[in-house]
Amino acid sequence: MPECFGAGFRTLFYKEVMRFWKVAFQTVAAPILNALLFLLIFSNVLDRHVTTYGEVPYTAFLIPGLAIMSVLQNAFANSSSSLIQSKVTGNIVFVLLPPLSHQEFFWGYALACVVRGLAVGLGVILVGLVFVDLPLAAPLWALAFAVIGSLLLGSLGIVAGIWADKFDQLAAFQNFLVMPLTMLSGVFYSIAALPPFWQKVSHLNPFFFLIDGFRYGFFGQADTNPWVSLGVSLAATAVVVALTLALLARGYKLRQ
Amino acid sequence: MTAAIALQGAVKRYGGFTALAGVDLTIERGEFFGLLGPNGAGKTTLISLLAGLARPSEGSVRVMGFDVVRDYRQARRAIGVVPQELVFDPFFTVREILRIQSGYFGLTRNEAWIEELLHGLGLADKAEANMRTLSGGMKRRVLVAQALVHRPPVIVLDEPTAGVDVELRHGLWQFIQKLNDQGHTILLTTHYLEEAESLCHRIAMLKAGRIVALDTTERLLARFQAHELEVRLDQPQAALALGGEAGEDGWVRIPFEHYTDIELILRRLREAGAEVRELRVGEPDLERVFVEVMRSA
Repeated sequence: MPECFGAGFRTLFYKEVMRFWKVAFQTVAAPILNALLFLLIFSNVLDRHVTTYGEVPYTAFLIPGLAIMSVLQNAFANSSSSLIQSKVTGNIVFVLLPPLSHQEFFWGYALACVVRGLAVGLGVILVGLVFVDLPLAAPLWALAFAVIGSLLLGSLGIVAGIWADKFDQLAAFQNFLVMPLTMLSGVFYSIAALPPFWQKVSHLNPFFFLIDGFRYGFFGQADTNPWVSLGVSLAATAVVVALTLALLARGYKLRQ
Repeated sequence: MTAAIALQGAVKRYGGFTALAGVDLTIERGEFFGLLGPNGAGKTTLISLLAGLARPSEGSVRVMGFDVVRDYRQARRAIGVVPQELVFDPFFTVREILRIQSGYFGLTRNEAWIEELLHGLGLADKAEANMRTLSGGMKRRVLVAQALVHRPPVIVLDEPTAGVDVELRHGLWQFIQKLNDQGHTILLTTHYLEEAESLCHRIAMLKAGRIVALDTTERLLARFQAHELEVRLDQPQAALALGGEAGEDGWVRIPFEHYTDIELILRRLREAGAEVRELRVGEPDLERVFVEVMRSA
């Protein structure tokens, strides 16, 4: 392995995974419980009244949506909370003093976000299977969108964690940007049910393509062609990853 | 031989504020070097440049010959920094912290040295304890261990004994002195000037981002031959007439250059009718030198 992705990178990745794993009740179990509560409430209220994609029960439709929403939110939470805590407490120096490149720094944090995102997403799916049979028509599509989505949100989390000086600023980033974009992206509904104007608005939200593509992996059908969703998701991720790497290379708010 | 630390025209600006205003400084290998200055003088900024936590606005900064920006990997491998603040990662035990810090430097089989550090710094019985449960002094020891975990030839200690009890301070200095004896270069900043005086071979004093004094400790002390005859008198006015300064503690301090001057001062006091009740001789110390340098710079 080249020096730029040697033991230093692996250690940072390991440390970041262990950081959330040591508090797994808070970082993995709690998000699964949250998704389960959504599932219980919405499926009980709507399952008998709503079907999607023709004959797909609403509960089955909802589970992949909740799973990918949890993937995205937890990927964001992982890097953003780790960085803001390290900055506020000052222990960020332990990562800045060693000879880690900005690429190693990025991938160490970002891949840990992918691991947490996938762990939470898998947990939501497994719990969902208790309530309803879920097809898995194209698992690689589901996996691809989960990985791309967690990488996108993990990168956004790095940007937010570096930018924010206070927990309050990070909460604003999470509550006013990440949360609305995930909630209003087809987690709870098919956008085919929306008026044309709101369908167009939904297509401006890159999170919609992540969720729609992820759902395609389960049902083999979606609101949008999965290749289009894949292209948009990859493009959005590439832009955010490039931005994050550029900020890290400059040492933005990390190295004065 | 390449110097351990070399700054040439190092300038650091934060917006309109100049924290370092063109510092030239060379620290040779194996030196125990003291960097002194009042708060805000630029000591921590200089250390941040060496550690790669900040980038110089102008000039060059090298550690063991490696430029801290261009050759940052080699430069950072060559330096271990004990930060001023008592920072720690609350998720891990002491041993985990040291293993992780080793890993960042590419050292995955470093157990023997980690054990040595744990024993050398009196942390062996706390190795499996979470960082949150340690006292402030113990956390400080872990910071030192973290800085040394990759065996850097240059060790920077930024106020390492601030808020540390006497016993720990003594043990810490023994450990650092041993490292210096083994050839490690030590750069120390401290507000405890007696520590700098007893440990450092050379000292630089910073004020407002500039070096205002740089010399061996011995020569700095000799530069300000501020011997003082300290006396308690029944008539302090007599000593004041000889150029003495009255302190709030009731002692009057009269400066002199040579010990032979003492007899002359005492004779003049007798002639003035003053009775000396107590007497002692104050030797020059780094604190006085520091005050003088800062006053005159």
